Amino acid sequence: MGRTLAEKVWDDHVVRRAEGEPDLLYIDLHLLHEVTSPQAFDGLRKSGRRVRRTDLTIATEDHNTPTIDIDKPIADPVSRIQLETLRKNCAEFGVRLHPLGDREQGVVHVVGPQLGLTQPGTTVVCGDSHTSTHGAFGALAFGIGTSQVEHVLATQTLPMAPFRTMAVTVRGELPADVTAKDLILAIIARIGTGGGQGYVIEYRGEAIEKLSMEARMTICNMSIEAGARAGMIAPDETTFAYLRGRDHAPTGADWDAAVEYWRTLRTDDDAVFDHEVVIEAAELAPFVTWGTNPGQGVPLSAAVPDPASFADPSERLAAEKALEYMGLSAGQPLRDIAVDTVFVGSCTNGRIEDLRSAAEVLRGRRVADGVRMLVVPGSVRVALQAVEEGLDKVFTEAGAEWRHAGCSMCLGMNPDQLKPGERSASTSNRNFEGRQGKGGRTHLVSPQVAAATAVTGHLASPADLSDLTSVPTPAGV
Amino acid sequence: MEAFTTHTGRAVPLRRSNVDTDQIIPAHWLKKVTRDGFEDGLFEAWRRDPEFVLNRPERAGATVLIAGPDFGTGSSREHAVWALQNYGFKAVISSRFADIFRGNSLKNGLLTVILDQAVVERLWEVVEADPGAEVTVDLVERVVRAPGVETSFELDENSRQRLLEGLDDISLTLRHEDEIAAHEAGRPSHKPRTLVP
Ligand code: SF4
Repeated sequence: MGRTLAEKVWDDHVVRRAEGEPDLLYIDLHLLHEVTSPQAFDGLRKSGRRVRRTDLTIATEDHNTPTIDIDKPIADPVSRIQLETLRKNCAEFGVRLHPLGDREQGVVHVVGPQLGLTQPGTTVVCGDSHTSTHGAFGALAFGIGTSQVEHVLATQTLPMAPFRTMAVTVRGELPADVTAKDLILAIIARIGTGGGQGYVIEYRGEAIEKLSMEARMTICNMSIEAGARAGMIAPDETTFAYLRGRDHAPTGADWDAAVEYWRTLRTDDDAVFDHEVVIEAAELAPFVTWGTNPGQGVPLSAAVPDPASFADPSERLAAEKALEYMGLSAGQPLRDIAVDTVFVGSCTNGRIEDLRSAAEVLRGRRVADGVRMLVVPGSVRVALQAVEEGLDKVFTEAGAEWRHAGCSMCLGMNPDQLKPGERSASTSNRNFEGRQGKGGRTHLVSPQVAAATAVTGHLASPADLSDLTSVPTPAGV
Repeated sequence: MEAFTTHTGRAVPLRRSNVDTDQIIPAHWLKKVTRDGFEDGLFEAWRRDPEFVLNRPERAGATVLIAGPDFGTGSSREHAVWALQNYGFKAVISSRFADIFRGNSLKNGLLTVILDQAVVERLWEVVEADPGAEVTVDLVERVVRAPGVETSFELDENSRQRLLEGLDDISLTLRHEDEIAAHEAGRPSHKPRTLVP
C-alpha cells in the first residue's frame, strides 16, 4: 500500500524501531529560543552532557525582546536574565545564536525558513508549539517540551509514538478576498480545537497548491490550534523556487540531488489517510473569532452565536464563559464590535507578504481615532525588506506604530500588552484569556481585516472601506 | 524523574473545557530559568476569584485534578506541568488531553489519565458532594478508584514502565548510540547545516 507524505518523512528518519517501543527518530534541525531552553541546558550541565550536533542547532531571541528602544538595556530584569541565560548557554555549548540587534534575529519560525534551513523532507523540532509552521515545506515539524529539548540537544533524536494521518483537502479556488488566515480559521472552526489531536494534517487540493510559501506557512502554523501535532504541505515548484539561492539551501550537485529527493515527497495515490476532511474554497469568506479559543470563529458577516445553539454541553458552557470574558452578547453583529488595538505580526502573519497586504489597505488611509495599531515584523530581515519597499512609511503615515522584530503582543511577554478590558484585532494565533495581557480580549483576524479594522475602528474587511470616500489622503501620496 | 506507582489523595473538580496552557501558567511566569517556584502562577488569573474552586478551603492539599475535555491545549510550555507539580498535583484526569501537554506530563512523572467524559462527570459529582472523598490513581493496576467508582484506564506499556521505574529517557536513548551514529553516517550531504564549516 502507498504511503502518505508524513509517513515517508517519518520512515526516512527512523534510527531504531523495536517491538513495544516508540520509534527513535533522527532530528535534522533543532531551533531554540530563550523561553523553553534554560532548564534543558541546565539538565545537560548537571549530567555532564554536550550538545551532540551543534551544526544542526540554531537559536534566536524572540519572545522577551522589546520592540522599541532595543539599543537600551532591557528594562524588565527577569526578561533580561532569560536572554542573558540563552547567550551564556549558547556560548558555553557552541550553539549559533542570533541575539537582539543581529541582522538574522526574529521569531524562530520566521528565521528558519528565511535562512533556507527549513527544507522538504526534514524533521524540525523546537520547544514551541508553532513549529508546525515549517511543515509548509513538506518537513515533519512539531513542537516539543523542555525535557524533549534536552533530549534532542543530547542525542539529536526523539522517541516518538507514530501519528495518525489526516487529509484536509481544499477544493476549488479561494475567493479574491479570502486569505490563508481566513482559510485556516475556517478549518479550525470546522474540526474544532481537539479535532486534529494525534494527527499530522496534510493540507492539499487546488486552493492549497496555489498558495505562496508564506501563505502555506500561515496555514501550517495554526495546525496546532486544531490540536494537531503537525501540518504539512507537499513540496512543489513553489517550494523549490522559494528555497533556491537561500543561505543554507543546497548548491550545485547537492541541489540537484535534493530536488530529486524532494520530488518524491508526495502522498502516493493509493495511500490511505486515517481521516479526511473536504472544504469547498468557494464557500469561504473573511473569518474572525468571537471567543477565547481559536475554534470559536465565524465569518465576519455573521453575528456572535448564541451559546444555547451549541448541542454539546461542554461547548455550550465554553461559549457562555467566552462571551462573559469577551464582554459580548449573543446576536451582536461582528462588524459592530469596536476595538482599541490592532496588532499585525507574529509567526502566523508577520512575514513580508502579510505586511504588504496590510499596507495595501492602509495606503492613503488613517488609523481611526482612539485606535492603537502596532506593526511588528516577524524578523529583522522582514523589517529591512519592508523599509526597502517603503511599507514602514505607509504604516507610520497612517498613524500606526512601526516596531522592531519579535513575538511582541502575540503573547505579551515583553511590554507590548493589552490592558484589562481592552480589545484587539490581532493577526496572531491565540485568543486565549489574557494571552495578550491580563484581561485583554482578542479577535483573531487576517492582516487585511486587521488593517481595515484599524481604519474603521470596528471589525471590518477591506470591502467595507469602499464607501469611506471621506478618508483624508496624506499630502504627497 | 520520580517513579509513579499509585497515588491516593483528595481531588479538585475543574468544570472547564479547553483549559489552555496560558491559563495553567500565564506567559509572564515563563521568564524563570528554573523548574520550580511556579506554584503561585498556577491558574493565576482564575485564582484572583475567591470562589474559584482551587481557592476553596476544602480543596487545600488536594493532589488530583479532574478537568474538562481538551486540557492543556495551546503553547508547548512544559512550565504548565511543572506548575501543577509544584502546586502539589500528582495526577490529572480528563477525557482528552492536548498531545504536547500529555507528552510533557508523562516525561515529568505527572500522571495524566484519560477517562470517558461520563466517568469524569461521575467523579465530579462524587468529589463535589464530598470534598473529603479520596481518589486513587493506581498505575500498577491501571485503575482509578473513588467512592462508588472504579474504572480502568489505558496507557501504552512503554510509558507505563518508564513511569513505574522512573526511567530517564536520555540515558535510555544513549544506550543506542551506535544506531544513532549509523544513521548519521547515512544522511545525505544535501541536508541543511546551521554552522558553515
Ligand atoms: S509569534 Fe507568538 S506564537 Fe509565534 S513563536 Fe512567538 S509567541 Fe509563539
